[in-house]
Amino acid sequence: MSVIERQPILQLHGISKHFGAVQALSEIDFEVYAGEVVALVGDNGAGKSTLVKTIAGINIPDSGEIMFESRPVVMHGPRDATRIGIATVYQDLALCDNLDVVGNLFLGREQTEPPLPALNEEHMEKRAIEVLSTLAVKLPSVRTAIASLSGGQRQSTAVARSVMWDAKVVLLDEPTAALGVAQTKQVLELIRRLRDQGLGIVVISHNLADVFEVCDRIVVLRLGRRVSDFRVKDASREQVVAAITGADIGRVPEDDPDAGPGAGASA
Amino acid sequence: MSSAVESADPEPSFGLRTWLRSLGSRVAQGDVGSLPVIGGIVLIWAVFWYLNPNFLTPRNLTNLVLQIAGVGTISIGIVLVLLLGEIDLSVGAVSGLCAAVMAVLNVKRGVPAPLAITGGVLAGTAVGLIQGAWSARFRIPTFVVTLAGLLAWQGALLLVLGETGTINLYDPTIDALTDTFFPASVGWTVAAAVIVIYAASGLWRRQRRARAGLSLASPVEFGASVVLIAALTLVAVFVLNSDRGVPLVLLILLGLIVLFDQLLRRTRFGRYVFAVGGNAEAARRAGVNVDAIRIAVFALCSTLAACGGILAASRLLAVNQSSGGNDLLLNSIAGPVIGGTSLFGGRGSVWTALTGALVISSINNGMDLLAVSSPIKFLTIGGVLLAAVTIDALARRVRQTAGRA
Repeated sequence: MSVIERQPILQLHGISKHFGAVQALSEIDFEVYAGEVVALVGDNGAGKSTLVKTIAGINIPDSGEIMFESRPVVMHGPRDATRIGIATVYQDLALCDNLDVVGNLFLGREQTEPPLPALNEEHMEKRAIEVLSTLAVKLPSVRTAIASLSGGQRQSTAVARSVMWDAKVVLLDEPTAALGVAQTKQVLELIRRLRDQGLGIVVISHNLADVFEVCDRIVVLRLGRRVSDFRVKDASREQVVAAITGADIGRVPEDDPDAGPGAGASA
Repeated sequence: MSSAVESADPEPSFGLRTWLRSLGSRVAQGDVGSLPVIGGIVLIWAVFWYLNPNFLTPRNLTNLVLQIAGVGTISIGIVLVLLLGEIDLSVGAVSGLCAAVMAVLNVKRGVPAPLAITGGVLAGTAVGLIQGAWSARFRIPTFVVTLAGLLAWQGALLLVLGETGTINLYDPTIDALTDTFFPASVGWTVAAAVIVIYAASGLWRRQRRARAGLSLASPVEFGASVVLIAALTLVAVFVLNSDRGVPLVLLILLGLIVLFDQLLRRTRFGRYVFAVGGNAEAARRAGVNVDAIRIAVFALCSTLAACGGILAASRLLAVNQSSGGNDLLLNSIAGPVIGGTSLFGGRGSVWTALTGALVISSINNGMDLLAVSSPIKFLTIGGVLLAAVTIDALARRVRQTAGRA
């Protein structure tokens, strides 16, 4: 894969969105490359959630263009996003505690055995085991109810569910917010593995330690604008914090798409 | 981190002792399942048998079966509703109304019994559709919608019955619903069929899992369950055959339970019922039409209430102004809860409709034999219900500390 051919798998161009009088996003450019982990950081109200919801197809932007695999796409709802390969894992994980892991992985996509309406449990269980072992997610059993799993295991299950249906881009909303040290490590491992499998990953996080540990690039939003774009290996935590809070006005954003910030990762 | 999912014990050990130990550890972690209610039934039966040996006679046990048929059928629908985390307070009134619809069609309009029964059942479906859709459309809690239903359908019952207030049922077909007893040979054939189907479907499932390379439950556990089911079935048929034979109404009740158990555990619809009860928002985001599931469940619940009401009317040979009244509603809800179905949604089994009804009816029946006054009966059943939900709450706390909530 040469640097020149490399195109972002997902690219947003000039996205604006307002709610009433509030301009939530102003002319945002954003891009993710395959095999790259991008952190989306910013203070409360910076527009992170609005941007993620736009990518996930929940918010329809007022203006701007979304390109997926170099083709313009128009999304009218979350289903459109899922269909083209954008998966989102929200902070609440959206798991059913009373169902087992298999039931959750296949929720809404249960395999049945035509002509009968019966569920094909054997097929689903086998597939669940395969998917989880590809991602090296360790669980006591795929027949354990979600309620019995640890926070890290739940997060991993939710991520596995989102990527098992041919996702190419995964949006993770605060994936480590409620987790302890060991479980955070588990989830960061999983994110690295997804990157190694060639997915584009967007992580929203307040935790800069995690961001610096797992991400390749950090995009900073402030008041609805993209103010900075750091390559993690070149950036210091102080610079990022300054960009988030707006203390550092001297730094010029580097977001020329042709320069391809992710290119550094593959070069 | 590198190894795959542990799909089962690395080395499945097939001993009886291993199985007992795993059962023991499940209980210690608060995964009590149906153990308390089974233990409760055994205890209740032992106490009443000790106080009055007539309790465990074939005749009385057959009567017990006839007594639970109506309320047990209604409770199946209640289980569905409870699994959603909802409640239906109208089932008693609906059962009375639908029995009255059937009675009026049959007795006053001369509609043949099968059609009249169908009419009564469909009236239940219509009521459920209205209540479910109303609650979904206007976002009103089902508690309130069905409370309104409880009052309104009682009024409808009085309207349908008209001035006479009581309609006696003479039709042999309707009568036969609860007054048909099969000869011994049929009883044994049914028992054999039940055992063979249970064992064969279990083996078939094991084979499928083995072919898919999945873990199997220990053969001891499977064998024990077959032996247990076989013993229960044979003893039940033996006892019933010693009196009038296996009653048709028992086969209707068990048939409905098996049907709805399969629907819940083996179909997409059933999975969605559990999903909505567990986390409605998650189900919605996964593409489940939550409103449609709710409306369907309420339609099924009222349909089953209608069936229960018709069975009760058949047993009484009449429909009157108190049909579906008294403690029918409370017993039909208390039954599944005593059996172990959670009031908070997402946890439970259709079989609790049967076990719960057995507990309540055994107490009623046994106390009647002992000529205990009804205040004491109510106090006792109230106490049992309280004990059951307390066990459930304690078990949930143990589960939470053991991480199996």
